[in-house]
Amino acid sequence: MSDIQTSHYNTGDLVLSRRASIRKQVAAILGQGLLFSITSVAALAVLFIFYFIARDAWPFFHSRGIVEFFTETAWYPTRDPSRFGALAIFVGSGLVTLGAALVAAPLGIAAAVCLSDVLPFSLRQIIKPVIEILAAIPSVAYGFFALVVFAPLLQNSGSRVLSIAWWALATPTLGIIVLAGGDILAEKFASGKHFRSARILLTGIMALTSIWLLVLVGRVLGGITITTGTNALNVSILLGIMALPTVVSVSEDALQAAGRELREGSYALGATRAETICRTILPAAGSGIFAAVLLGVMRALGETMVVWMASGNAAQIPTPWFNFLQPVRTLTATIAGDMGEADHVTGSDRYHVLFAMGLCLLAFCFVCNLAAEWVVARQRRKLGGE
Amino acid sequence: MRNTIITAALVTLVGTASVGAQENIVIDGSTTVGPIAKAFAEYYMKQNPGVNITVSESGSGNGAKSIMNKTCQIGAMSRFMKEGEFKAAVDNGVMPVAHVPALDGLPILVHPSNPVSDLTVEQVRRIYMGEIKNWKEVGGPDSSIVVISRDTNSGTYETFYGLVMEHKGSKEKIAGSAEYVGSNGAVRQRVQSTPAAIGYAGLGFVDATVKALKINGVAPSERTVGTGEYPIARALYMFTDQYPEMGSHLYRFITLYLTPEGQEIIKTIGFVPVTQYGF
Repeated sequence: MSDIQTSHYNTGDLVLSRRASIRKQVAAILGQGLLFSITSVAALAVLFIFYFIARDAWPFFHSRGIVEFFTETAWYPTRDPSRFGALAIFVGSGLVTLGAALVAAPLGIAAAVCLSDVLPFSLRQIIKPVIEILAAIPSVAYGFFALVVFAPLLQNSGSRVLSIAWWALATPTLGIIVLAGGDILAEKFASGKHFRSARILLTGIMALTSIWLLVLVGRVLGGITITTGTNALNVSILLGIMALPTVVSVSEDALQAAGRELREGSYALGATRAETICRTILPAAGSGIFAAVLLGVMRALGETMVVWMASGNAAQIPTPWFNFLQPVRTLTATIAGDMGEADHVTGSDRYHVLFAMGLCLLAFCFVCNLAAEWVVARQRRKLGGE
Repeated sequence: MRNTIITAALVTLVGTASVGAQENIVIDGSTTVGPIAKAFAEYYMKQNPGVNITVSESGSGNGAKSIMNKTCQIGAMSRFMKEGEFKAAVDNGVMPVAHVPALDGLPILVHPSNPVSDLTVEQVRRIYMGEIKNWKEVGGPDSSIVVISRDTNSGTYETFYGLVMEHKGSKEKIAGSAEYVGSNGAVRQRVQSTPAAIGYAGLGFVDATVKALKINGVAPSERTVGTGEYPIARALYMFTDQYPEMGSHLYRFITLYLTPEGQEIIKTIGFVPVTQYGF
């Protein structure tokens, strides 16, 4: 009875007078138009930024060509004659970003796995926001910490810091590898009654190798002297920490998206939790995790304040190139540091070269972003299709 | 387009006229001299409310350009005019006159624990070139030198470059391995926390946490900079077109550095007044 009545009233509401429907249509069109134009502003802004940076970068390439910029390492923008060899700066940016990725990817993925599959729900609710606070710390605060606390620490007791970090990280990692590896290898090569003895033998060999490795690397690290604390290592660690929240949240979302059914299916087949994580969940979330790392890397590549304060800003390629203990200069720091007096009134090469660098950064980030989008889209198709 | 410019010009004219006896002094040029010009301008405008002084810092080269194109009354420069600039100015009907409001000295800083206390300009230059890489080569401990420079934008860098790297006509460049930092304070911070570091900063930044080296046997101080004994020191310039008309605001502004107040201002922002000879 009441149903009928309701439907009756609804029908009355739904039948509109002609005037009202035109008014509403106009309002709808206006509303859609407004929303559309606001959305296009964001898209257009990207295009405009691209256009204006490219416009100011063009005169540099026009007057100096591209060979010197991309292949030489002499960076003397203010001298007469000036040199604009930015190769060392590209290497610096690359080195620092690589270092940040090496720090952020393992830590971030491990933390994401821990949050999504290991920790109880209540603990996770506490820890995730805490990790996300890292993203809220202003980058100048990181830079100040890197310059005033971390750099002197590296200089004064760098070898101790490095070897402690090595022992703390490598001991459990190698331990897991030895125990799991012994099992896996023994399963492969021996069967039946030989299995137990083979496992003991293989585990023993691997344990000895690991201990030898631990001590050797620990010794080497303990003997290192770090002359300057504002170096690629310092900045890599800091940038890695800054990229962590991005990597953790996006990877954790990807791991969550792998779904309960997948996990339960794996457990139902008799897999342990470690096997479920390594063999089922991680491959399923793989491309999401890849996208997370890419986003984190872009965060590190674009970061300016920390590198300007703590990377040393020396326009050199370290010798050998992977020597993280030497100061380096990055693209972002160069743009920030040289912008002040590069006079835009006369539009000198010194001014336009900074835009050339900006254009390279933008292009790289754009490619990374596209790659991340593509990988995520492919993953979605794969999971949805199969 | 032309109409817009005319309208804008008219508006500006009317605007200026309506304020009455407002006089404008425009200063352009060096970022090193900039702080002096700004402090002077602030002081002078407080004393003379009818005068409006604009200071822009676009580098010594632009200071010279502006004075020869008559777009400013004072061209601030941390070096003397080059021959070409002087000629161009004269060709343009501008007779540049140099005023020296202050002197600028650059102490070379090392960590207090460093036993080295005396270097020559030549040694400092070779350290920055990357030719001397270890402290033991100049009588210090066996540790590689961490070379710290100001960023290439700064007037301090230009001073150092002009006085040390181009010492006696040398054309050497600072080595690629040198670290660059963004402020005088940051130089001091890096030096005081790095035992193997060498850096340079303004006179006002020397304190007990760092050691200022003697250069050619002379310790940097206001006095040794003033007398010209300390070698890494130079005059700072303000150029005008001819000597300003006596009694005009420009004249009173440009001679401010001769007054006790002007000298006090120069000291507080870390430069050395030229009137310190012989004490």
